[in-house]
Amino acid sequence: MGNVQRKRIAAQTGNEAMAYAMKQINPDVVAAYPITPATEIMERIAHRFRELPGRVFIQMEDEIGSICCMNGATAAGLKAMTATSGPGFSLMQEGIGYSVMAELPCIIVNVMRGGPATGTPTRTSQADVMQARYGTHGDHPIVAVCPWSVRECFDLTVTAVNISERLRLPVIILMDEIVGHMREVVELPEKVNVWHPDKPKPPRENYYHYDDQNNYDACIASFGEGYRIHLTGLTHRKDGFPTDEPEIIKWNLDRLRRKIEDNRSWLWDMDYLDLGSETVIVSYGTAGRSAMAAKAQFEAQTGRRVGIVRLRMVWPFPVQRLMALLRSARRVIVPEMNQGQLYREVERTVSLNVSVVSVQRYDGEMLTPEEIIDAL
Amino acid sequence: MRELKNDPFLDFFRVDERFPHILCPGCGIGTTMATMVRVFLDLGIKQDELCVVSGIGCSSRVTGYLDCDTFHTLHGRALPAATGIKLARPDMKVVVIGGDGDIMAIGGNHFIHSARRNLDLTVIVVNNFTYGMTGGQYSPTTPTQERAATAPFGNVERSFNVCFIARAAGAMFVARSTTFHVAHLKKMIQLALQKNGFSVVEVISQCPTFYGRYQGLGDAVKMLEWLKTRSVDVEKVANPWSVKDRFVIGVLHDQEEVPPYSQLYQELRNRAKEK
Ligand SMILES: Cc1ncc(C[n+]2csc(CCOP(=O)(O)OP(=O)(O)O)c2C)c(N)n1
Ligand code: SF4
Repeated sequence: MGNVQRKRIAAQTGNEAMAYAMKQINPDVVAAYPITPATEIMERIAHRFRELPGRVFIQMEDEIGSICCMNGATAAGLKAMTATSGPGFSLMQEGIGYSVMAELPCIIVNVMRGGPATGTPTRTSQADVMQARYGTHGDHPIVAVCPWSVRECFDLTVTAVNISERLRLPVIILMDEIVGHMREVVELPEKVNVWHPDKPKPPRENYYHYDDQNNYDACIASFGEGYRIHLTGLTHRKDGFPTDEPEIIKWNLDRLRRKIEDNRSWLWDMDYLDLGSETVIVSYGTAGRSAMAAKAQFEAQTGRRVGIVRLRMVWPFPVQRLMALLRSARRVIVPEMNQGQLYREVERTVSLNVSVVSVQRYDGEMLTPEEIIDAL
Repeated sequence: MRELKNDPFLDFFRVDERFPHILCPGCGIGTTMATMVRVFLDLGIKQDELCVVSGIGCSSRVTGYLDCDTFHTLHGRALPAATGIKLARPDMKVVVIGGDGDIMAIGGNHFIHSARRNLDLTVIVVNNFTYGMTGGQYSPTTPTQERAATAPFGNVERSFNVCFIARAAGAMFVARSTTFHVAHLKKMIQLALQKNGFSVVEVISQCPTFYGRYQGLGDAVKMLEWLKTRSVDVEKVANPWSVKDRFVIGVLHDQEEVPPYSQLYQELRNRAKEK
């Protein structure tokens, strides 16, 4: 995904690279509400959108407005994105559930800042990993990606859009304050390939918005195309109308789950290194930078190899793949800038004779390599 | 059933799949929905060029019965969702319908900001002075002292005047009517739909199941009589905003049109490009 055409070299921050990716992807609507540390993304987009015909940036009255506006724009056939941080992400949860239920793709960037409540706006954190997964009520699938570098802020934004469009699901980009504000010299593609859903072929009488064939990689009608579709957040039949019949409730939820299950073969994204080692560090986002530094220092000091797995896609959690990759590991270290949110996922993935150690930091500072080395 | 489909009025509804509807017998929402559809027909608004958007509530269920693009969103969120549609398709006719709880309580913030932005759409607020769908709790329009499921000893809060808020927030057109005055209601909805900009029609409607019962107003027929005798035409009052204990019906605000949001946004982009 995201075929590279030409490149552009510049010193950029993660937030800037993300705004640049959004410009390449050319979403039609960005609806957002200012919040530190995500504000620069919306400011950049507001500035860049003036060059793009048909594009709209709107500053909504709150984040509930942002997500609902995006749902409306998507229902009318556009691509929509927003950027926010913890408190705004919390406000969006009901609307994210609506995106899932009505199958309206959109991209939500959450530059994590810690909490609960207002938390520490100017500090870094990875504390919203579980909120991204389970923040909205009900059983539902979700996809979340987590960049560790400026270049990945760009790449994963493109990945997120393509997954979102293909699965017809909201996709969450979990950044943290460090990756958002970090400046790196990067090469960024000037053109990317973005997946667009096809238009339906059958006439209105035979078109079912939620047909079983129309779950992912779908041919989808939008408002204003003469299909007279009905979208609702209620449990619905394949024609989109509400029902409370038990079989159809189950069908509806199975359908949502299958978006992930049927696509597991390509729905994963991770880096790994030196996996034959007895000890492996499993990390994501900027904690992965600390992990790489820890590996280098530890190996130089002791001569013993340390394996690395870095998840670029944290949800769906890559259970099968991780199980296979960690087969020969005896110790797994999970460093995170929270109180061990993904540690439990890793623990229940590996076999019982592997010891899993959680390395936590949640004081608003970045994990140091030494803190990880202490656990090695 | 099929031969009925030659009737353009019935053709506007999903007669085959979706009826009978879930509304209580005698509810005013059906009257509002039918009147709205008659206006669509009179104005020649095509089913394929129209999107009706609603939140959650009895009034919001209307979207499930109309044969056009319909968007049944979250409780209170019809207006931001409609904003998204308007950004995507400024050419589409967008109508929002919802209850007093949906639009004035949980959606109150979106209502005032949509009016402020002057989105080019019409909002129909079905005001039955209560939360019908959840069983008759008090709403932001329930008058002080009246009883409700959550105000068994009388409502201590003051109530909103929907039209007053709409005007203050910047709506281009504001009117009120009732489900008794059907011809009048039709006229008001028609004027609102013809306005270029944010227009609001407050429809005072009967909920015999809850509001009528809590206030001892009797059945639907008695409530319609109550709507008739309680209403006064705007032409007959000196200041429509100071009238208490009466529903002042008619056009309460109709200002000279200013360009709506989508037009201004396009103009702004053209200016920015030149720089
Ligand atoms: C976030 C949220 N809170 C509460 C509800 C429950 N709820 C459903 S409808 C409704 C009130 C409906 O009242 P109103 O909008 O006045 O419409 P009516 O039913 O009277 O037509 C409420 C509170 C909900 N669906 N969502
Ligand atoms: S509860 Fe009230 S508002 Fe709801 S359908 Fe019944 S009468 Fe109408």
